Amino acid sequence: MDIFLQQLVNGLVLGSIYALVALGYTMVYGILELINFAHGEVTMIGAMVALSVIGVLMGAAPDLPGVMVVLAGILVAIPACMALAFGIEKIAYRPLRKAPRLAPLITAIGVSIILQNLAMLIWGRQYVSFPPLLPTIRFEFLGAHISLLQIAIVVLAVTIMAGLWLLVEKSRLGRAMRATAQSKEVAQLMGVNVDRVISATFIIGAAIAAIAGVMVSAYYGLAHYYMGFMLGLKAFSAAVLGGIGNIAGAMLGGLLLGVIEALGAGYIGDITGGFLGSHYQDVFAFFVLILVLVFRPSGLLGERVANRA
Amino acid sequence: MLDSLRRRPRLAFALLAVLLAALPFIMGFGLGNSWVRVLDFVLLYVLLAIGLNIVVGYAGLLDLGYIAFYALGAYVYAWLASPHFGLHLPFWAVLPIGAAVAGLFGVLLGAPTLRLRGDYLAIVTLGFGEIIRIFMNNLNAPFNLTNGPQGMNLIDPVSVAGLSFGKSLHLFGMKLPPTYLYYYLFLAFTLLAILVAFRLQDSRIGRAWAAIREDEVAAAAMGINTRNMKLLAFAMGATFGGLAGGLFAAFQGFISPESFTLWESILVLCMIVLGGMGNIPGVILGAVLLTMIPEALRYIGDLQRATLGHIVVDPSDLRMLLFGVALVAMMLFRPAGLLPSRQRKREFAAEDGVAEQEQASLYDAKA
Amino acid sequence: MNFGKHAISALSLALALALSGCGKTEDAGNIIKIGSVAPLTGPQTHIGKDNENGARLAVDEINAKGLELGGKKVKLELFGEDDQAEPKTATIVAQKLVDAGVVAVIGHLNSGTTIPASKIYHDAGIPQISPSATAVAYTAQGYNTAFRVMANDAQQGKALGQFAVNKMGAKRIAIIDDRTAYGQGLAGEFEKAATAAGGEIVAHEFTNDRATDFNAILTSIKGKSPDLLFFGGMDPQGGPMARQLKRLGLNAKLLGGDGLQNANFMKLAGADAEGVVASSPGLPIDSMPGGPEFRKKFEAKYGVIQVYAPYAYDAVYALVEAMKRANSAEPAKVLAELPKTDLQGVSGPIRFDAKGDTEGGAVTLYEVKNGAWQVLETVK
Repeated sequence: MDIFLQQLVNGLVLGSIYALVALGYTMVYGILELINFAHGEVTMIGAMVALSVIGVLMGAAPDLPGVMVVLAGILVAIPACMALAFGIEKIAYRPLRKAPRLAPLITAIGVSIILQNLAMLIWGRQYVSFPPLLPTIRFEFLGAHISLLQIAIVVLAVTIMAGLWLLVEKSRLGRAMRATAQSKEVAQLMGVNVDRVISATFIIGAAIAAIAGVMVSAYYGLAHYYMGFMLGLKAFSAAVLGGIGNIAGAMLGGLLLGVIEALGAGYIGDITGGFLGSHYQDVFAFFVLILVLVFRPSGLLGERVANRA
Repeated sequence: MLDSLRRRPRLAFALLAVLLAALPFIMGFGLGNSWVRVLDFVLLYVLLAIGLNIVVGYAGLLDLGYIAFYALGAYVYAWLASPHFGLHLPFWAVLPIGAAVAGLFGVLLGAPTLRLRGDYLAIVTLGFGEIIRIFMNNLNAPFNLTNGPQGMNLIDPVSVAGLSFGKSLHLFGMKLPPTYLYYYLFLAFTLLAILVAFRLQDSRIGRAWAAIREDEVAAAAMGINTRNMKLLAFAMGATFGGLAGGLFAAFQGFISPESFTLWESILVLCMIVLGGMGNIPGVILGAVLLTMIPEALRYIGDLQRATLGHIVVDPSDLRMLLFGVALVAMMLFRPAGLLPSRQRKREFAAEDGVAEQEQASLYDAKA
Repeated sequence: MNFGKHAISALSLALALALSGCGKTEDAGNIIKIGSVAPLTGPQTHIGKDNENGARLAVDEINAKGLELGGKKVKLELFGEDDQAEPKTATIVAQKLVDAGVVAVIGHLNSGTTIPASKIYHDAGIPQISPSATAVAYTAQGYNTAFRVMANDAQQGKALGQFAVNKMGAKRIAIIDDRTAYGQGLAGEFEKAATAAGGEIVAHEFTNDRATDFNAILTSIKGKSPDLLFFGGMDPQGGPMARQLKRLGLNAKLLGGDGLQNANFMKLAGADAEGVVASSPGLPIDSMPGGPEFRKKFEAKYGVIQVYAPYAYDAVYALVEAMKRANSAEPAKVLAELPKTDLQGVSGPIRFDAKGDTEGGAVTLYEVKNGAWQVLETVK
């Protein structure tokens, strides 16, 4: 029982991170029907920028409390990622908005490759370690070990998700986003500045990605130029699982995928008598993705067209 | 001179044939045998790019897991012609089996994706590619099928009428190393593939693919069986991939899952995007460029070592970065590729109205 | 369909290709060419350069002393090539060296490149001595041209398995491997040896060489309550694994191979590195017979030793000793002499068995104590 509970905790924390990254995919897809392949890389850049700031601060002000240092890292990473996403959209996607669908997808792959390799040139190929700044308080609950950081990740993820939902449902910008998602042309006629709305979507997604990036590297204690790619694919799978274009769906899909991966990797060996094992952990996400797309392309929560932003 | 050749296609063909036949000797004597090996790889990639071009360029189905079929062809060859299972079938039996198995998998993996639109299809094929690689990497237990990450070794070289391509051939007092022999073998297959691809393009099937690529709904309305046509595209593309994989296994003598990563799929995709989707000369150009450039970049590294004593800019870093920049730049400024097909050019330069229509039709297709 | 037009574009393409060929440099008189191959670009650049530097140091020393073969004074020349740690590139580079007329090759670094390249060297009949490829398959191909100067995965895995059971007192053992040729090979040999020594394998889980999350497999392993966890893999996974192990409250000792026994592991694992045990083939450099002296010479010229430089250095000496015995640099004659090698190298005594593996290669175990790797003991 304690093992099962621990796996559930593992899965929920992992799933919260997937969910946060999935938001970026789901928002952009909702509006542009574009898989922003580079979104995972934006997450990685967020982690890297934050780590650089943390490194500088630790050298300049060694007496600063650890939490403050990490917070400062996040606060610099967010605008950096926002600017990056703004630039990517403007340079690589906007000119192709009317081109055949294959074109922006190929550009997205290209941007992803460029960001990875730029990060490698700037921050090196080695894994960068996250300094032990955050308190390592642990609780034991029914035999499962839970750390303060894990609780913080889940709480923060849920808060961000709720905030975003409010933004999309209640604010003026949110209404413009939903209108644009339905029909760019009609939205434009109704006085919505479509270009600005699309930029805003990219920027909001990037801000969330920056936070997710720092979370990942704090949680696992490292960052690497390659970390964004697989994370992005998993997060995209999560978005599709929940129903792409749907914010609550991204949350649900992320958490579910995290739990599926944890339970799958933890139990598949025992269930299949060793025939399949944890070496197939990465297969689960793809398998879920394929099953959902084939049998229920609209995802678990379906695509409520009015709520696609 | 080119103009006069244009007017005399037969002469051009004759010259081309002589040049292709003499190419390994020119490269071999000029730059060394290693460049003949590079030529061999160029031909393999041309074969791969032509295969992927059928799926992406002709039928408009973005396949990001194409390398899986290359892997399947290579593994089938290794199973049937290596000490792993103790089977040593001749290559003329193994190659078609490998190509057929890959083609079958093309249909199997293609079938569930038929309903998916472009970008979903891309990500699902990517998933399939990774799944196959992960299975190859892990199927050494419970039953040792692929020997796992250790790879399969001592794969039989191609051998024709008692002549093994694994050893040098002595002919008219000349020594032809294996790389030369494989060059002519690969060349034969590549020319065959080019011919098939050309014939397909102008056939009923090719036109059906083009119709599906332009507008699937309209194509279906015109009585094209879009399901069968899409499956056929997957199968044809996969068959070429499997063929190339078998040749690769025989040529290298050793295969392991690390030769079949996602990046290889993207590399082949880059080749056809760069050269010109749907246009065979363009695709060939793309494959030649992207295989030769890393070899040329190697000299940048050597040059830096020789002059500065150490590497300032790592050429292999530069390579990937350049690929990324090339992908973006091509799409922005020359979306139809370096050597575009006439039709593609028109399509990408379409007036807003046409693009709009296309968008609208996609919305319809979704509903 | 205008075939003519396509023929012309293809023709101009082929012409351009052909014209890119240019003249080849001529060979000088008494120069003996030796190849050295390792990744000089890519993620393993620092380790690859280390190998090349080790070989270069030996070549420079031998040249400075002067070498005479068959009554002629000869000079060694080292040809460093980059295989990018990629199997396909490795065969192209191997071919390039064979073309250039090298009489022997020191390399490659990785097993995945060493194996496909070995076929080309074998076909050309020139000896290949790898300083660092440890996959068993390399010397199991039956090639008389393949040698290595480092303990292979079987030797290291066996030493680790016996050490875990006999010295660390492990009874219930869990294994994780990273599904690379290295990690899987090492874990497989470890499992065999640990079982033979009387240990019980209670779990065997898997990850990959890009993973950072091991919580699920570690939790599953925790349910089997092992007292030792063996990881076959490298430091980028081993570091976070050590952290997550502690966080989950899994009280098992972490044991690894030479993939963990480095400074980067310490950095990534942080405080949780304490108490981790890992092995490395060969003797600790300072207890090698000529170790301290080698370190001084090497560091004066190239800076800190990364890992395998001493092995590359020894490989060159083993080769040159064989040339001296053959009194020739002709590959066929050198090949006949190489199996008789009996050399006191800086990495230990070097003798080859019938396959070309090192005979009785030593393996040293280290433990992290007070934030540094400390030698536990050396096993043969």
